[in-house]
Amino acid sequence: MSETAIEVSNLTKRFGEIVAVDHISFSVKRGELFGFLGPNAAGKTTTIRILSGILKPDEGNVLIAGYDALREGLKTRQLMGIVPEMANAYDDLSAWNNIMLVGELYGVPRQLRQERASTLLDEVGIYERRHDLVRGFSKGMKQKLLLCMALINEPQILFLDEPTSGLDVESQRLIKDKIREYNKNGMTVFLTTHNMEEANQLCDKIAIINHGKIAAIDNPERLRMRSSGLQSVEVSFSKLVNAEDLATIHGVKELKKLGDKFRLYTDEPSIVLDQLIDFVHQHKIKIISLNTLGPNLEDVFLKLIKESQEAIF
Amino acid sequence: MDNHQRLSQIKRCWAIVKKNIRVYYSKGPVVIFGLMIPFFLFLSFYIGRNLPPEAMIPGLLGMTAFFTSAAVGPAIIPWEARAKTLERLISCPVSLWVILLGDMLSSFLFGALVSIFPTLLGILMGVKITNLLMLGIGIILGTLCFASFSILLSAYPPTNNPSSVMMLSSLIKFPLVFISGIFIPIQELPDVMKIISMVSPLTYFTDLARYCIQGTSYFPIEFGIGVLILMIIVFLTTAVSIHRKTLQKRL
Repeated sequence: MSETAIEVSNLTKRFGEIVAVDHISFSVKRGELFGFLGPNAAGKTTTIRILSGILKPDEGNVLIAGYDALREGLKTRQLMGIVPEMANAYDDLSAWNNIMLVGELYGVPRQLRQERASTLLDEVGIYERRHDLVRGFSKGMKQKLLLCMALINEPQILFLDEPTSGLDVESQRLIKDKIREYNKNGMTVFLTTHNMEEANQLCDKIAIINHGKIAAIDNPERLRMRSSGLQSVEVSFSKLVNAEDLATIHGVKELKKLGDKFRLYTDEPSIVLDQLIDFVHQHKIKIISLNTLGPNLEDVFLKLIKESQEAIF
Repeated sequence: MDNHQRLSQIKRCWAIVKKNIRVYYSKGPVVIFGLMIPFFLFLSFYIGRNLPPEAMIPGLLGMTAFFTSAAVGPAIIPWEARAKTLERLISCPVSLWVILLGDMLSSFLFGALVSIFPTLLGILMGVKITNLLMLGIGIILGTLCFASFSILLSAYPPTNNPSSVMMLSSLIKFPLVFISGIFIPIQELPDVMKIISMVSPLTYFTDLARYCIQGTSYFPIEFGIGVLILMIIVFLTTAVSIHRKTLQKRL
């Protein structure tokens, strides 16, 4: 098997005048947990729908485990499991029958699919409800069922489109744990999310996409380090302080008020710290708390999105 | 695709059939368009006309087979597209023709099973079926043909609204009932209508049913069977071809 699980080159998809995916290229290594991060309407779902063989691209190539996804769709789809953004289990079928249907469509032998279905449903905690119609399931239960349906064929590559969106904390945790577990066992995972924290917690590598174009691809830590200008000093004072006065401190590039704290963005945290000491003496106030912060992924994400928007418009 | 893959795909087709039986047979529009409308249409025509059962049963059988086997097919793809379950099927390792063949077979099974009832009714009313084997072959071919016709009906326009498809398909199905020898045997139709009736698959099935029950037919039996087989192939291949072209518009 190819060491590259997914290889995408020059992928483009248009819907009329709108370019949803604009000549993107990237590759995902076998066994990697790859996050596709972007705001709403960035092109994440369109990309995952093309990779999973649902949509046909207008341009570009997709290789899945070395097979051409456009020419050898049956082979590539056999290797995948998909958890879509919108719940698409059959509401009029029971959870069990939904899994059996998908198992049969993947050619999983009857006894094996029954054993796997029992194990999977048990693992996600809905085994007792297996004979209930999906119509009566909550969003969290449906999402767990979709995960079971995606895993019934023990796929080499698992695609998840916003897998934890709109779920309660417990369901989110369970799904993230399962993703980690299957990835640890060698499964390649490709997930889309607009949740930076989720991407940070789960992914080996992240691609940031906006307006159909990839703004950056790297691992979370390197992405964070890439933006030295996003270092900051977070401070709170004993008395109310005028934000405009703080903004005049030498070295402060941007200032944000976060509750009773101020975050001062700078390239030179040490200079800003010196200036802050002078500031408190000058205003006869005390510092209650003081922290220097490196850039977080959210800051990097917003910066890259902003830059990509400036490049487009 | 080699023979092994083809066989594997056909096995997967059975999963589609089972799913359709579970999900769609009891859907309201299927029951209304497939069972109730033809039943009441038939009653409204025959009540008070004092026809012998031998003349009545072929028409009832034709209408039942036609409406039931064409009731499930048109609605499945729009329903699935609207519920996003079509995406689920497309993302699985099954070809589009397997999905459509599964839809056709589930439509066929519905029509073939329900067609047993008018046949039994005829037997209970004392109708003698002169060629039961041929009637069985006719029901299988006829319902397969109507089922493939129903898949074609859902192909264009590529709407995801089941009620629109049901209405559009009714606009085509109802006129066919009146030109296919259901109410008036083809022999008794005006010449122009006889020619028009030849485009309808229902004509050949009803003619075959009249042969098996009344012993007379307008077309030679071999011709009727040949046309039904040809129509199954043409309807299904055309349906697959159009669905393949319009599928992306539904997703």
